Amino acid sequence: MTAVSDTSELPSVKAETVLSARSRKPANLGQILRWLLLFLGGLLMIAPITYMISTSLKWPHEIYNVNLIPEEPTIENYTYVLEDGRFYLWFINSIIIAVITTVSNLFFDSLVGYTLCKFRFPGRYIVFIAILSTLMIPTEMLVIPWYMMSQSFGWLDSYWGIMFPGLMTAFGTFLMKQFFESVPDDFLEAARIDGLNEFQIWWKIAMPLVKPALAALAIFVFLGNWTAFLWPLIVTNSVEMYTVPVGLSGFGDEVDVAWELIMTGAAISTLPTLVVFLIFQRFIIRGVVMAGLKG
Amino acid sequence: MSAYKRLSIRQKQIVWAWLFLAIPTLFYGLIRFYPTGTAFVISFQDWNLLGERTWTGLSNYQKLWNDPVFWKVFRNTFAYLILGTPVSLVISFVIAYHLDKTRFMHGFLRMLYFLPFMTSAVAMAWVWRWFYQPVPIGLFNNFLASAGIPQIAFLNSTTNALPAVLAPAVWAGLGFQVIIFMAGLRAIPGSYYEAAKIDGVGWWTVLTRITLPLLKPTIVFIVVFSSIGFLRIFDHVFNMTTNNPGGPLNATKPLVLMIYETAFSSFDMGYAAAQTVVLFLILLLVSLLQLWILKGDNS
Repeated sequence: MTAVSDTSELPSVKAETVLSARSRKPANLGQILRWLLLFLGGLLMIAPITYMISTSLKWPHEIYNVNLIPEEPTIENYTYVLEDGRFYLWFINSIIIAVITTVSNLFFDSLVGYTLCKFRFPGRYIVFIAILSTLMIPTEMLVIPWYMMSQSFGWLDSYWGIMFPGLMTAFGTFLMKQFFESVPDDFLEAARIDGLNEFQIWWKIAMPLVKPALAALAIFVFLGNWTAFLWPLIVTNSVEMYTVPVGLSGFGDEVDVAWELIMTGAAISTLPTLVVFLIFQRFIIRGVVMAGLKG
Repeated sequence: MSAYKRLSIRQKQIVWAWLFLAIPTLFYGLIRFYPTGTAFVISFQDWNLLGERTWTGLSNYQKLWNDPVFWKVFRNTFAYLILGTPVSLVISFVIAYHLDKTRFMHGFLRMLYFLPFMTSAVAMAWVWRWFYQPVPIGLFNNFLASAGIPQIAFLNSTTNALPAVLAPAVWAGLGFQVIIFMAGLRAIPGSYYEAAKIDGVGWWTVLTRITLPLLKPTIVFIVVFSSIGFLRIFDHVFNMTTNNPGGPLNATKPLVLMIYETAFSSFDMGYAAAQTVVLFLILLLVSLLQLWILKGDNS
């Protein structure tokens, strides 16, 4: 700080306050108040989640009580819901579907994004515009034709039937294309001279350089498929094929007023993504910003 | 292989490009474009999923025009948009603006606000549905009762039900918008603020003359993103009103729920397809509006 003041035209006192910026000032009353309000607001934001967990740990007679900490906590609801066996099935279904869809998107979206970014070939512009234009088509418009297709090919009520519409996305393709722009062509050219074929160049040279983007895409695709509701609701009709959201929706209707059981089911379906988030927090938020701003 | 070796580098590139694009091209053709065409075609047909598909011209669209339920649904859909978008925009900006100025436990506070974005809409719809129950079950009414305030009918009231269903949808999206707003705020060069500080400009002037104008691209992005989300609302409505989907008296029914019921409860595929075409046109209009606003920004 002292090194700057002699060359600065501003009086040294002023230069100091400007340079120390936002961080070093001692907290004043306004900042304490701001922090407290933000903290209270944050607690309100997670209140639905905390109340969901709290109620899932209560006995039926206590759910009418608004206290957050259960008087006699119990895991009885979890035992009941899990012993029923269906949530276990739905959980496995959801994981299989979300994982396969995520892997497929990582592979194909980046392959297409890379090709559109780094290759010059006839038809490139048409493919680019065609994929871009699919961003304008809402899923809801396609569910009726998809249902017809699934019916005539026997895909109804199967993993493939639930998964096929989401195996590639235009959003992911353009996200990856954006990130491949930052991969220098010299790297690829050097690999070409070393005798790698184009697939190897993509897989071994380009892909490792866009890992942060791949991670961001993986988060979005996984979360999207884990919570997807409309299409799985339409395409499944046997209880064994339900995903977690579809199963939970029917379960809620079935147990009707047993809110402690519904909250338990809701907690079971929400906790995996929350735990993943708490572990990879910084990383996920950075990914969301990248995907949100570049996609 | 020998034929491949004789190709020039440029020709090899063309071969590789189309090799890479072969499966994706097939996918986009069969799973995106062909179904889009089919949806348009079915909207001009009468079909109950089992019998013959017969051409009926514009009769599905005429039926839609004369259907009072459709107009009710149309109003609801835009009510979700017109209430949801500004409310979530203002709340998320206020949170982001103050969060950006807070250093102490910044990551922890940000985590609290972002957490709801990671939840599933179906699970949270059921949690909020429980909140809204009358005494002695629902949380909100229990709080009101303990404070001596009269009960509020949330999901059973034709006037309160729509905002009540909208609330969890707004809540779930806030975290994402806060994060995007904070990224936008960070992107504003600090020199603007320093210059304003030296000039002794008040915080309100800084906010309205520097921060908000420079945030315009971020604001447009959030408005379009959340508008499209509210126009397509389905999961929350369906799960909060499963006993009477879209009720009471269609007071909460959005267009996507009407499409779902027409197609998969009444099996009136042609009529449902016509409704999806209307949804498509509405969303197209919103997207074009965005392009137009952003273009106006550049010139």
